[in-house]
Amino acid sequence: MQESTRPVDNVGLVEPKTAHFSETLALASGSELHSFDIVYETYGELNKERSNAILICHALSGDHHVAGYHTPQDKKPGWWDNAIGPNKAIDTNRFFVVSPNNIGGCSGSTGPLTTNSDTGKPYGPDFPLVTVKDWVKTQAMLADQLGIDVWAVIVGGSLGGMQCLEWSIAYPDRLKHTFVIAAAPKLSTQNIAFNEVARQAIRSDRHFNDGHYYETDDKPELGLMLARMLGHITYLSDDALDEKFGRELRDGEIKFGYEAEFQIESYLRYQGRAFVGRFDANSYLLLTKVLDYFDPASDAGGSLAKAMAPATAEFLVISFSSDWRFSPERSQEIVSALLDADKCVSYIEIQSKQGHDSFLMPIPRYHQVLSTALDRIAEGLGIS
Amino acid sequence: MSLRTDQSLIAEWIKTGSRVLDLGCGDGTLMEHLQEHQEVKGYGLEIDEENIVECIHKGVDVIQTDLDKGLSEFKKNTFDYVIMTQTLQAIRYPDKLLKEMTRVGREAIVTFPNMGHWKNRIQLALAGHMPKSKTLPYEWYNTPNIHLCTLTDFENLCAANNIEILNRATVDHEHQSSLGMKLFPNLLGEIAIYRFRQND
Repeated sequence: MQESTRPVDNVGLVEPKTAHFSETLALASGSELHSFDIVYETYGELNKERSNAILICHALSGDHHVAGYHTPQDKKPGWWDNAIGPNKAIDTNRFFVVSPNNIGGCSGSTGPLTTNSDTGKPYGPDFPLVTVKDWVKTQAMLADQLGIDVWAVIVGGSLGGMQCLEWSIAYPDRLKHTFVIAAAPKLSTQNIAFNEVARQAIRSDRHFNDGHYYETDDKPELGLMLARMLGHITYLSDDALDEKFGRELRDGEIKFGYEAEFQIESYLRYQGRAFVGRFDANSYLLLTKVLDYFDPASDAGGSLAKAMAPATAEFLVISFSSDWRFSPERSQEIVSALLDADKCVSYIEIQSKQGHDSFLMPIPRYHQVLSTALDRIAEGLGIS
Repeated sequence: MSLRTDQSLIAEWIKTGSRVLDLGCGDGTLMEHLQEHQEVKGYGLEIDEENIVECIHKGVDVIQTDLDKGLSEFKKNTFDYVIMTQTLQAIRYPDKLLKEMTRVGREAIVTFPNMGHWKNRIQLALAGHMPKSKTLPYEWYNTPNIHLCTLTDFENLCAANNIEILNRATVDHEHQSSLGMKLFPNLLGEIAIYRFRQND
């Protein structure tokens, strides 16, 4: 792709940066990391007052590459390019956007793939389990390094929304607003059950070898693929799948066999295989645990309202009508707690067909809500 | 944006610095006014997406809510005032919602179109059709106003539920008041405005 042909509303070519932290990080589990790296990207310019910074918190399989392209040859831009860029809902002409990759992942920040300096080998399954609290702590350390005392907004969808909640509790003075999108205050039993099936798919793969598979040629690809296929079903709605594939057959007729016959079967297999190419099984296991463990109310006697008491940010909570993984009722639990705790909060349920994945889609009303809220925030900051 | 007369009357009744919940807050005009001029804090509840966006634009905290599902999100006496303008008649169970309003708020304020206005009475009595007016512009088959009432009906409901009426005013469709309306509110008032509370 030539520079000139790239759409003008795109942030263009971007380069990931790495922040190194040489101090010991005490984790919620009691384990420690003696040093760690966070890979991140930034778009737009930090203003003189350092008041226009927006933090993007990614979800389970997301990463720091949120907008723009890494090379002119890239077929796809970052995962939320439709919302972030010049004149987009999150307008990089006005805001400085920071998107880190969380530790424990496999996209460059310290995680199971990183070499453990004690052993000279990748951590693999020995990488300590981390929590949303740990992530938020490392994001705050990154903010320190970037000279950002207070975020104008912290934005996150799904697991990212959980990080927004944790930020508002742990560092109330360090954010003015937060957009909690398609999130939940904790996983439901059913959510944990899905995660467990995904984990068992990976752990029972004959190439998993208790997580010590980096030295061998065979990776637990089948297990990871199954885990992703299962996850993918929960990200989409019944209607969206039906509309996209129905009962359509690949070859137009039943073949009475176990090859992929229905279009949905080959779609899921394709999605699973594509995921295996870009994700590490140990990271996936760890990330599902991060989701399972998140439960801020448990630190406040089971009351989410009490847990939210320290928060001073203004909240915008957004849910999607067709999301059954983190349904609108889950967002309403967050809203109820915020109302109970007497916080500033607005809530809207966006009509959508695409299930949990709606939060990644360019749904006009959704983006209108984001841009309207950000217009107001920009006005408050004196940014034109 | 300027307030309608019923909204201005409500604003007069609300004490500075109060906590307010506005049911069916529309585009947030009243809440914005109360926030800016009377240091009011609170939320608007609204179901329409475009109105919600408009509230966000105005900086009014708004919660998307179906009022027919009640106010169970809110604890007793959370607000000084719970307001509902021109929405009561479109509610499925107005009697239950009125009780909810007086549970959640120390006081409540409603406005609604008065079915007892003389023009409505004439249309039904002489012309023999369901009343239509500037306040009630719909046909019988497409009206959202499923629970229209008169001032008398409303006051009877309040009495039956031990609800004490603290203020009453009526205005016309241009939201003006007159001496006649004060003398014969149920006949001459087009829009009724009440402030009330639950007596124990």
